Amino acid sequence: MNFPYFLQQLIDGITRGSVYGMVAIGYTMVYGIIGMVNFAHGDVFMIGAFNALIGFLILAALGFSTTPFMVIVQILIVLVIAVCFTAVYGWTIERIAYRPLRGSSRLAPLISAIGMSIVLQNFVLLVQGSKPKPLQPLITGRTEVPVPGGSVSVSYVQMLVVAATVIFMAIFALIISRTSLGRAQRACEQDMKMVRLLGINVDRVISLTFVMGAALAGVAGLMVTLIYGSVNFYMGFVAGIKAFSAAVLGGIGSLPGAMLGGILIGIIEAMWSAYFKTEYQDFAAFAILVLVLIFRPTGLLGRPEIEKV
Amino acid sequence: MAETRNEFLKQVAAEALATAAVTFLLSFLLVGFDTVSLQGQALTFNTRFDAVAWAVALVTAGRVLMALDRHGLHWPILVFGSIFAAYFIFAGVCGVLGYPAYDNLPKPHFDQPMALVIFGIAAVIIVGLSLAGRRTRQIHAMSSEQRKAIEATSASRGYLFLKYLGPTLIVFALALPLFANQKWVDALVVALTFVALAWGLNIVVGLAGLLDLGYVAFYAVGAYTYTKMSMYFHLDFWETLGFAGIFAAIFGIVLGFPVLRLRGDYLAIVTLGFGEMIRVTMLNWVDFSNGPAGINNVPYIDFFGIPFKRKPEEGTESFHTLLGIDYSTGQRLYFMYYVVLVLSLIICFVAVRMRKLPIGRAWEALREDEIACRALGINPTNTKLTAFAIGASFAGLSGAFFATRLGFVSPDPFNFELSAMVLAAVVLGGAGSQVTVALAALVLTIVPIVMLDLVHYRMLVFGVVMVLAMLWRPQGIAGHRRPTIWLHGKKNQPLTASEGEALA
Repeated sequence: MNFPYFLQQLIDGITRGSVYGMVAIGYTMVYGIIGMVNFAHGDVFMIGAFNALIGFLILAALGFSTTPFMVIVQILIVLVIAVCFTAVYGWTIERIAYRPLRGSSRLAPLISAIGMSIVLQNFVLLVQGSKPKPLQPLITGRTEVPVPGGSVSVSYVQMLVVAATVIFMAIFALIISRTSLGRAQRACEQDMKMVRLLGINVDRVISLTFVMGAALAGVAGLMVTLIYGSVNFYMGFVAGIKAFSAAVLGGIGSLPGAMLGGILIGIIEAMWSAYFKTEYQDFAAFAILVLVLIFRPTGLLGRPEIEKV
Repeated sequence: MAETRNEFLKQVAAEALATAAVTFLLSFLLVGFDTVSLQGQALTFNTRFDAVAWAVALVTAGRVLMALDRHGLHWPILVFGSIFAAYFIFAGVCGVLGYPAYDNLPKPHFDQPMALVIFGIAAVIIVGLSLAGRRTRQIHAMSSEQRKAIEATSASRGYLFLKYLGPTLIVFALALPLFANQKWVDALVVALTFVALAWGLNIVVGLAGLLDLGYVAFYAVGAYTYTKMSMYFHLDFWETLGFAGIFAAIFGIVLGFPVLRLRGDYLAIVTLGFGEMIRVTMLNWVDFSNGPAGINNVPYIDFFGIPFKRKPEEGTESFHTLLGIDYSTGQRLYFMYYVVLVLSLIICFVAVRMRKLPIGRAWEALREDEIACRALGINPTNTKLTAFAIGASFAGLSGAFFATRLGFVSPDPFNFELSAMVLAAVVLGGAGSQVTVALAALVLTIVPIVMLDLVHYRMLVFGVVMVLAMLWRPQGIAGHRRPTIWLHGKKNQPLTASEGEALA
């Protein structure tokens, strides 16, 4: 086997997987707390990408130059824009489509979610058009790293994506483990009725969970805009399925699981398109989803789910 | 009094402010900046802040009116809602008819005047809801006997209506080709294929409570089964129809078996993925499906072995020579109309009868409470699997019909949009009977044919309809349906036999 080629695919896979992992966190957190699949989350990610794209266009129109320093400033500003504006979408979706359905049958929020996903997709289709939107690459440099048997090339974008993922994961882990909000979230996951009895505003905790998921989806949207330099209204659909597969692979409800699953899905997909047919690369995630559900429905790091009366 | 009034105004103002802020944040980037990519140029944008302003103003106004309505102040929503509705419908109609006044009227950024009309209709619905809400409150204020009496009469009226509507529609459908022209029959063939799909999915979603988001995949399996079998084995439509159903059911079982053991949400996302994967496979597996170009010359339907051909080959019969009448292109079309009508009625009949069998009862029971069913010794996985497979096989039958109708199969029509449309029909019609599902399916197919301008808004409306249908009936379609039987008529009054029939 050609080692540098393999390593190159691995690096590409990890980059892709970081994005899936960040989206998967949104699925897994919502699932953990209110036990539903938020089908609209893939489209929230798409909206994050559009917000980032428009953010970059505005900054370009304001005359920001593309010197290395200014590029970093631009990315930071767009990061704030994408996170804030996308988080509002997360909040609104929960408020409009899910909160009124709390405590109803299991089917109702699922149908509402799929309706919301269709609404978001077609809203963006209407206001931004159906064509893919290409963005001039902001960061073009790459560096060659020598490895046994040749060298692999790592682009600065890939480094940035992985670094951002690590930073955001760390912030996230801190919020979950150290703040009172995180404690309330973990408590809600275990026993929502008890949490309510203790005087915690459960609705607020759920809202903030959606906001956090959407904020991460906004970061992922920015990353994907930087990696591929193109966004379209349809991208959330397949990305959503992949990220959900990642969440299931890692064990739904488990945050480290989601990240691990995301990176694994990214790697498997990169290997699949490197050694099999590229056209069928979307199959990789789906095949994994079905295989995990057959052989290990709790995923890699998940706990078995006990259904209570 | 003044203080409560102040409190109340403060509350409404705060709500209005929050709504305005959220709407602004939602729309500022995505609506305010229109990205334009011209050939060979970098991406740029045009601003359209007027659209943002419209969005903020309309949403906030609507919210304020609804808040006032909720607090017991009903007249503003009626008056202003009606003014809104009248203005938008007026402006939209001006635009549709091409009056020059349309250009000068202040209006939101819509590229279709018809969208304004839709907006006006939405306002009418909001006003109507306010009125309906008032009636509900009045009923709530009554004594329980009065309330029961009102509910019973309106319910039995509804059942009677549905009871006679179904047979009337069937008689009407049977007689229709006598007076409709070919164009309409053609449209109705499409619509009835869709009704057949909706009835098939209704078994899965409505009866068994399983959310299948890739129903169209089984439709594709049926279409490709017919196409390939007729090409390789030279079987005709009638010989292949069974195989189309069987293959689709096999796919359903293979896909459903690992997933149905688990929670319902997994089924939804796996079927969603499966629908997409079938389409991707058909696009890329050129040897099998000829890729995006599709397969031409799929054999047309025949009259039980006798083809509809103008000039039959030497020594064979054709439909018109058999009957000794002149050839006309309409003959096949009218035959197809009856075939799809009978096909969909069979699906409907099976669904209605299934509901009365032990297996159908088990589906409904599983939908309501899985744990209780398990305790009663029902095998949830196998029971769900039968519903899923039967639904899939009906989609396969419809798929075979779809292939023979067009004489052409490509991966294109088997997209998520179609799955979503079928689901929307089931959700929208899900409150009651097979009849309402069929009506919803007919409306969803015929409205886009009539209003071609609105093709871009179609999916958006479907999505909104799905969300709203869930919000207005929070129990969801599944929970809202009355189970077919009650134990000792404990809850409410039990249905009489005729009401039960009408429900089914």
